[in-house]
Order: sequence, then C-alpha cells, then structure tokens
Amino acid sequence: MFTYTLRRLAFAVPTVLVISLIVFLMLDMAPGDPTASLPLTIPPEVREQIRAALGLGEPVIVRYFRWLQMMAVTEPLHMIAAATGWDIAPAGPRILSWQTRSPVGDIIIQRIPQTLWVVGLGYLFGILIAVPIGVISAYKQYSWFDQIGTFVSMVGFSVPTFFTGVVFILIFSVWLGWFPSMYDTTLRVTDWDSFMRQVRQIVMPVAVLALFNASQISRFMRASMLDNLNQDYVRTARAKGLREQTVVLVHVLRNSMIPVVTVIAIGIPTVFTGAIITEQIFRVNGLGDALIRAIYVSDWPMVQTITFIFAILIVLFNLIADVLYGILDPRIRYD
Amino acid sequence: MSGGRKKLVEVRNLKMHFPIVGGLLRRQVGAVKAVDDVTFDIYEGETLGVVGESGCGKSTCGRAVLRLYDITAGSIKIDGTEIGKMSQTQLRKLRPTMQMVFQDPQACLNPRMTVAAIIAEPLEEHGKLSGKDRLNRVYELMDAVGLNRNFANRYPHAFSGGQRQRIGIARALALNPKFIVCDEPIAALDVSIQAQVVNLLEELQDRFGLTYMFISHDLSMVKHIADRVAVMYLGKIVELAPREALYTNPLHPYTEALMSAVPEPDPAIEARVQRIILKGDVPSPANPPKGCNFCTRCPKVMDICHKIDPEFREIEPGHFVACHLHDATMPKTRTSADQTGAAPRPEHIQQGENA
Repeated sequence: MFTYTLRRLAFAVPTVLVISLIVFLMLDMAPGDPTASLPLTIPPEVREQIRAALGLGEPVIVRYFRWLQMMAVTEPLHMIAAATGWDIAPAGPRILSWQTRSPVGDIIIQRIPQTLWVVGLGYLFGILIAVPIGVISAYKQYSWFDQIGTFVSMVGFSVPTFFTGVVFILIFSVWLGWFPSMYDTTLRVTDWDSFMRQVRQIVMPVAVLALFNASQISRFMRASMLDNLNQDYVRTARAKGLREQTVVLVHVLRNSMIPVVTVIAIGIPTVFTGAIITEQIFRVNGLGDALIRAIYVSDWPMVQTITFIFAILIVLFNLIADVLYGILDPRIRYD
Repeated sequence: MSGGRKKLVEVRNLKMHFPIVGGLLRRQVGAVKAVDDVTFDIYEGETLGVVGESGCGKSTCGRAVLRLYDITAGSIKIDGTEIGKMSQTQLRKLRPTMQMVFQDPQACLNPRMTVAAIIAEPLEEHGKLSGKDRLNRVYELMDAVGLNRNFANRYPHAFSGGQRQRIGIARALALNPKFIVCDEPIAALDVSIQAQVVNLLEELQDRFGLTYMFISHDLSMVKHIADRVAVMYLGKIVELAPREALYTNPLHPYTEALMSAVPEPDPAIEARVQRIILKGDVPSPANPPKGCNFCTRCPKVMDICHKIDPEFREIEPGHFVACHLHDATMPKTRTSADQTGAAPRPEHIQQGENA
C-alpha cells in the first residue's frame, strides 16, 4: 500500500506538470490584454512599456519556467515562512498579481480561510445530512420518507446553486429579513454577539452548498445501501440473531460506505471550483471570488496560480480516494 | 423408524406467500406461493433431507422454518416453543438454538470482517465470554471444522469455496445450536469438496448431537446423509418417507420421475435405465393449477387430479404421500378414474377443501 501510494505520487508529478503547461499556455494564448482595462489615452509605446514591466516581453517558454520555478519553490517557501515564522523565504521575485501588484501567494493565503469555512462547512453539513437520509431511504424503500427524500434530492441536484442562492436571498433576506445577503469578511468574532452575527451570515451560503452536496451524496448512499441490504451476508447477520440496529448500522452501512467515501473524497476539489458561483452570490471573498475577479481583469498570474492549485487538489484527492478504497475494502490490495 | 423419538421441530400448515405488487400505486395484485401448506416433523438427532427441482420452494421453506421471513400462516414449534408468530425481537433470544448454513459461501460472509470477527460475532451478541475466552472458542470452532488457526485474521475473499463453507459452518456452530438448516451447503462446491463438507457435517452431527434439515437438489448426496427425505414440488411436500423406503419404493409419480433421473455409475445398467421424462415446465407458483399441483405434468394423471388437491396422508407407517393414486379411503380410484373419470366421493371434496 505504501509503495503503491509512493508510485502514484511519483506518477502525479508529470501529470501536474503537463496540466501546469496547458494552463499556462492556454491563458497566454487567450485573447485579451492586461492593459486593455487601462485608459485609452495611454499612448501605444507607454502601453508596450507597461507590458514589458509586467514581464510580458520575454518568450513564452522562459516565462513558463520562471513561473513554474516560483510556483514550485518560492511561493511554498513564503507560505511556510508566513505560517511558521522561520526565516526560509528566498529573496528573489515572486508571482505578482497584475491587478494589485502584491504577491499572488499572499492573496491566496488571505482568501483561503473564508473558502474553507464556507465551503468546508457546506460540504460537511451536506455529508451529515446525506448519510442518514440515504440510510433511512434505502431501509424504508418506497416509503413516504423515501419518496420525499428522493424528490428533494432530485430537485437539489438539478437546480443550480446560482438559482437556489438567489431564491434563498429573496426569501430569507428580502422577505423575512432573517439573514444578511452579504458575507462580511471583516467581522471579527470576539464575543457572543459577533459570533451570532457570524453564524447568521454564514447560514445561507452553507445551506445552499449543503443542499447541493447532500442531494448528490444521499443518492449515492441510498443506492449503495440498497445494493448491500439484499446481500446474503445480511441474511447471515440476521440468522446470527443480531439486533436489527447492528445488522443495518454495522454490517450494511460499513459495506455501503466504501463507494460513498470515495465519492466524497473525489468531490472535495469539485466543491472548491463549484463554490466560485456561491461565493459570488453571497459576496464571500474566498478563492473562487478571487479567481472570477482575476479573470475579469485579465490578471493571468492570479488565474494561472489558482487554476493550478485546483488541478493539484483534483489530482491529490483522486489519489486519496484510491488509497481510501484500498484501506476500506479488504478485497482490494494494491502492490 | 423414528416413532418413539422426540420431535425437535414440528411444522404445521406452513405457508410463505410473497406479494406481487404492480400498477401505479404498487398494490398487491397476487402472491407467489413459494411454500404452500407444508407439514412435517424433524426428530432430534436425525437429518431430514429436502429435495426438489429449482424454484420448488426448498430454500424458502428452510428460511421460513427459522423465521428469517415473516411467515404467511402456519405454526412452527422448535424444541417445544412456538415461534410461528413470535416477533423478531423475541426470536433473537432463540437464535442460538437454531442456525443456518447458507448456500453461497462467497456471498454469505461479510467481506469486511475477518474470519475471527465473523465467528465471534454471535458469541459477542449472545454469549457472556470475555475477550480471551471468546478467541479460544473461535479457535476451537476453527479446529472443529478443520480450518487452520493461523487464518483467523484473514478476510473471506482469501479463502477457497470449501474453506468459506467451513467458516459458515463454524459460525453456525458457535452458539451450540440444536437445529441447523443446511440450505444447499454443497451446491456451490466442486465434487471433491462436496464430499469433504458433507463428511464434516456428519462428523459434527455425531459429535454435537445436531439435528439437520438438509436442503439439496443432489439426490445421491441426500441419500447419503439423510435419515428421512421430503420431496417438494411447487411449494408443497408431495412425499415424505424414510430414506430407504423413498429410494426403493417411491409412491408419488413425481418422486418416481426424480429417482429415475439419478445417474447410474455402472454404464451397463445405465444403458438399460428407463427414465421417466417429465414434459412441460413447472407451473408458476403465482398461479398454480387447480387440483393437484403436479397434474399438468403427471404421467399418471386422472380426472380427479384436476379437480381436487390430494391430501398429504400417511400410507405406510412413516411414509406420507399426497397423491390420489394412493388414496386409501378410495380403494378403486385408480381404475375407475382411469376409465370413467368417476366423480369423487363426498369425503374427498371435504378433504380437498380442508387441504
């Protein structure tokens, strides 16, 4: 298992490198110009100088390797230095955002906590809702609970978050006035009052994401449970004289969780990318928000870096899902 | 044969019907009569073989006797306790006395549990053994079924079919049951392993005084292991007799046909064997024929068979059969029915209705 993981990690390196090259080249070749949003009165030669100052004067391959070197070495070292206070940050240039002229790494560090809180909680609650719903739906197949659960999850799955988000704002902010429609990142939780304000502002984005994730996962959970409930070993467990609770929660659920856990693991990076829309709606200034704004103003270093981080997450969580499968299912052994 | 012995299992008029649902609102539109009015006893220490072709309700009958299903009607007494209408919660406490060995050793073991965990689980649930005693008991059971103790921490997929069946048997033995239903325990195994498993079952029966209900479609294996044999057809027991009587003198036409299908090892005899080949298919258990269930395929069918369901009655001591041919109360039925299709006597209508 350990050698398998190492081998997969080794294979992941070329994969990630190819992805980084594609991401870099695609953005480089994309139409649009970083100086396009500057006033038209700027003369062309000044425009050229601005482009040169942004580092665009050099051939694309040189710029790629320079970016890669900063992405792989400089930025991680800066992040570690910022997190631990060690003096390991190298002196040289860093990836600079064209819109703010500040290092991309610093902006990402600022943005990650919001994304993790909102998206992470949304995913966590989604799982917590989905698993019991899936279990009960399957155990009482075709009951009223199952019919309603299936219907709700179908709706939650087929209605996109930009729609549910707006509907939530309309109902809970505009009509009922329970929750604020905008997420205030400057809020510091210092006492009970500010904590409650934080809870109130995080409820809606989390609810939107949780609904979407729960509807997906509960479908998987239900299908997997149904698959296992009719297996012969469940009859064996009943014949042993086990409590129904033990039969369902120990025998059936544990076996049903194998595919579901891997689906959850694979889903984590897609949640990051999916949160782009939800963050926009509720004005959460997380990673997704940073990405969208960078795209608007052709801030290529920012877009390249965030896209690349997403790519790494996807490769990593795919690997985690595979390894988890091997750990959970004794029938599967990788070596 | 086993007249004076104690009855361990008494099954009376057992019915197990599975609903067929259909339509938009999933209403019940019919029922598959998998087991339809079955009555038999199993004496302590004996092996009752249950034979019949695929789909005749053998396995359902075995599972219903252990109340792995909620039965439709009838009474089941095990060791004097009526369990036919007991709730599953009450039944749990009685599970240690009655166990089951399942047909498919691959599917019936939880793939995520080690052998030790599978065997120990009933002990945890019902026993009061401490961790160490429990492990010793697991080892003891593994020894009893001929499994290497070193394999205790392996998962079921790491074993061969025969070994898995041994795990299943060890698991069933864990709580010292009195009665074990063996539901085609050898069907999924190859012939050499079949012999091993059957011998193991016999050896365990002698050692622990077990009572078996041995369900199989392998007639020669049943002949080898069973003391008495019940023949099932379309949800009913058509004949029940001591082994010798059944194999040498089958009374029911279906049993005759079954027995004639057993392969003969001697090719000289094999060439002369006259097989009774049944025509047509088994009718659907959802819609059994009127009268005798076998009347659509019976080579000796009479008019009465299409009208009245024959009663299951004792023809000779210990030899039960459900066939109008052997109707003691209607001595001339055979000839008169063959020739004239004579109307049944009034008492038969009553019997038919009762059945």
